[in-house]
Amino acid sequence: MILGVELAYWQQTIIRVLAGLVAVLLLTGGVVYLYLFKFVSFMQSRLGPMEAGPYGSLQLLAEVGKWLQKEDIHTKDSDRFIFGLAPAIVLTSTFLMFVVIPAGPNAVIADLGTGIYYVLAMSSLSVIGILMAGWASANKYAFMGALRAGGQLIAYELPLVLAVIGVVIQAGSLNLQDIVGAQSTGSIFGFDGIGNPYILTQLIGFLVFMIAVQAELTQTPFDMPIAESELVAGYQVEYTGIRFLVYFISEFATAVGFAAVASTLFLGGWALPASWGLSDGAMHVIGPIMIATKAVFLVGVVFWVRFSFPRFREDQLQRLAWKVLIPLALANIALTAVLKVVF
Amino acid sequence: MTAITDRQKLQYIAAKAADARVNVELETEGMTLNIGPQHPATHGTLRIVARLDGEQVVAAEPMAGYMHRGYEKLTEVRTYAQVTTLVNRIDWLGSFANEVPFILAAEQLMGVEPPPRATWIRTIFFEMSRIANLILFLGDMGVQLGAITPVFFAFRDREFVLDQIERVTGGRFHPNFDRIGGLKDDLPKGWIEDNKRTMDKVRSFCDEIEDLLLGSEIFQERTRGIGVIPADVAMQYGLSGANARASGIDWDLRRDNCIGLAYPDLDWKVWTHPDGDSFARFWVRLQEVREATTIIDQLCDGIPSGPVMAKVPRIIKVPEGEAWVSTENPLGEMGYYVISKGDLTPFRVKIRSASFNNVSITPWLLRGVYVPDIITILASLYFILGDIDR
Amino acid sequence: MPSKPKVPGVLKGLGVTLRTAKETMFPDGMLRPPSPSRGAATVQYPHEKEAPAPRARGVIALKIENCTACMLCARECPDWCIYIEAHKTLAPPRREGGKPRSVNDLDRFDIDYSLCMYCGICVEVCPFDALFWSPEYEYSEVRIQDLLHEKERLDQWMDTVPDFEAYEAGSEAKVKKVPR
Repeated sequence: MILGVELAYWQQTIIRVLAGLVAVLLLTGGVVYLYLFKFVSFMQSRLGPMEAGPYGSLQLLAEVGKWLQKEDIHTKDSDRFIFGLAPAIVLTSTFLMFVVIPAGPNAVIADLGTGIYYVLAMSSLSVIGILMAGWASANKYAFMGALRAGGQLIAYELPLVLAVIGVVIQAGSLNLQDIVGAQSTGSIFGFDGIGNPYILTQLIGFLVFMIAVQAELTQTPFDMPIAESELVAGYQVEYTGIRFLVYFISEFATAVGFAAVASTLFLGGWALPASWGLSDGAMHVIGPIMIATKAVFLVGVVFWVRFSFPRFREDQLQRLAWKVLIPLALANIALTAVLKVVF
Repeated sequence: MTAITDRQKLQYIAAKAADARVNVELETEGMTLNIGPQHPATHGTLRIVARLDGEQVVAAEPMAGYMHRGYEKLTEVRTYAQVTTLVNRIDWLGSFANEVPFILAAEQLMGVEPPPRATWIRTIFFEMSRIANLILFLGDMGVQLGAITPVFFAFRDREFVLDQIERVTGGRFHPNFDRIGGLKDDLPKGWIEDNKRTMDKVRSFCDEIEDLLLGSEIFQERTRGIGVIPADVAMQYGLSGANARASGIDWDLRRDNCIGLAYPDLDWKVWTHPDGDSFARFWVRLQEVREATTIIDQLCDGIPSGPVMAKVPRIIKVPEGEAWVSTENPLGEMGYYVISKGDLTPFRVKIRSASFNNVSITPWLLRGVYVPDIITILASLYFILGDIDR
Repeated sequence: MPSKPKVPGVLKGLGVTLRTAKETMFPDGMLRPPSPSRGAATVQYPHEKEAPAPRARGVIALKIENCTACMLCARECPDWCIYIEAHKTLAPPRREGGKPRSVNDLDRFDIDYSLCMYCGICVEVCPFDALFWSPEYEYSEVRIQDLLHEKERLDQWMDTVPDFEAYEAGSEAKVKKVPR
């Protein structure tokens, strides 16, 4: 590829997978430090971790080390196999989501034709993992958290999918590289200075998508399943040590993943507007930086909302999903379809 | 083909039994959920046994007593100064307010009249303890509802009030400042000036909370119409303080039965709300904090000069008699019934704490309510375990 | 309902948190470089320390010369954490030809800070001005028995006792002096 060496397909795949893993983990760690430790602290007038490393930058490493050395305990009546399997399923669904997200003209693990459809399908696997965790913990609080999560995540799948359809109609393809290309080379009524980022034309879709993402991540104001002051971590309450670390990583990696997807769909992904005339070679370097920046920015918005609001009650958030977001998204689709034909 | 051994049969039966146990326990109709005693939402070690049907509560019963420290028994063998110290720790957030009714009762028995300067400064600290207590409530209600940011603002701005209390009494949380006949010491130089600045900070905190929490549509959806207590039910259960005023009962001991404090000389307002839901309780307490800042400003402007302690003997022996004094504490109506037989120690002190009665309404209130609403209601009723259990 | 469109409460809430984040990161305004250590309300102990108020009840100091072992503090302590032992000796008479006076000589004056409630009753009842409050608070130990401060250590705390502050205008109280 870049190095001018011809590699076999399986070698390419391994390199891509490893690069993807490293990128995701680094980005997740960076996001955790930046937002969970620092930004939220500044919003609360405090400093956050300052001791581990300069300005607390190694705090995540310290926390990972702490979790790794904990004892592996489980409740007496729990189903051990399912108890152990649940975090793995959640983590798998998170990492599978990153397979199609492009970070450059060629930097994608597998450029599937069904791009965005695949992403949404993979992200819904985590519901199974959460339900397994809640049941296998043999703990009423965990069980209640898992039931709430099941209802919530399934309910918010629909606005998530429907919001994306408007983008797909506009771009004319499910493939994420095509969507990025359409935004980069597109123009708004002939003015192509900033390409055609779909956030402008799909603003409703963008808002519905971001709200649905907030709910899919079970972040406040939709964090009934975790509900810190009621269920005290809900379905995760019986997990500790490495298993909890897996949940932790998958929570933030999913946040980064969804933010990357959102920036690909609405903000133009790794591409800059084609009218700026950057060469393909330059985009190999700038592309990953661009998508990382956009994804980190959107994760920042998610966390900003997370730490500013109280949480909805389960029936209130269901009402929001079914009665507000889905009709909005459907109207958005109808409008997009009409406008696409007209213009 | 191997024969199934007895051991394998037993293992199979045991596994089925464990499954059945879990199934029964996790059955959602008629699930008994134990909230507490170790739970972030119960302000201490309160245990609520709730019988659920899905997410709705069928019956709930509070079980207090996990924090019982035997105050009323302790006071039988402590001198009045020692009791004053102990009593700080009943409602530990607004601790000066606990000392006041006890000292007033003892002063009634001794027939001692504190000098006016002492009465005014006592009132200042009474109101400051109210502010300290209620600021925490405002932040804490946010946390119970999921907004974790207001509580940090609450602690940050509460520090200013606690610093002011520390400058005079030496202790941030347990001032131990009230004495029979007056106060322990006088105010240091520059304290009144700083107090004005502190009250400004408290007022800006109230504005911030109003923007961040009260005005938020999510907060309003979570609290409006939740846990409605009609006025007559409130009176039957003996609710007091902001809980009663939020149900529309216009009763405030500072105005209606003021003993020994400087309220009759001041110009202030009692806040009530007709709704009686959780939102009303939050709103009334927010207005009470603002009102307390204006009260303190008026008090600071007009402190009479003079001594801060009346003439009392060194060794205090309270003459025989009984006295009951109750005051409008931050949590509600707190009263002390002091029986003295002429000794160094009181014969019996009965402590009527506000939170005990406030919590008694939970079985009635929590029927038919969703599980998240239990937390909202408990947070809005606002009790302190030290106050319930003593 | 007000006629002009209100900003939705949720957006105002977002504004509050963002403004607080900005005030923490840029306490001197947006034109200067960020310095969150000054903008945040956190005091980074042990690198920075806040000075407690002069009257803060940190530790109790003992002026051995003033103590006459009258036992009032030990009696009034709610926790009975003061241990006093003394013996009688004869001191020389105050003037020529007088009788020798019998005084108490302190053998032991310990305060057990693992029991102490920091209520201040002992300091208040002492009739001879032998006990004083000091705002020192950094004396935590690894073993509980080290929290029993003996006579000599309590005397050392006298160096940290601040002078009594002046009172507000209108006060009739007299400022006491700390015996040095």
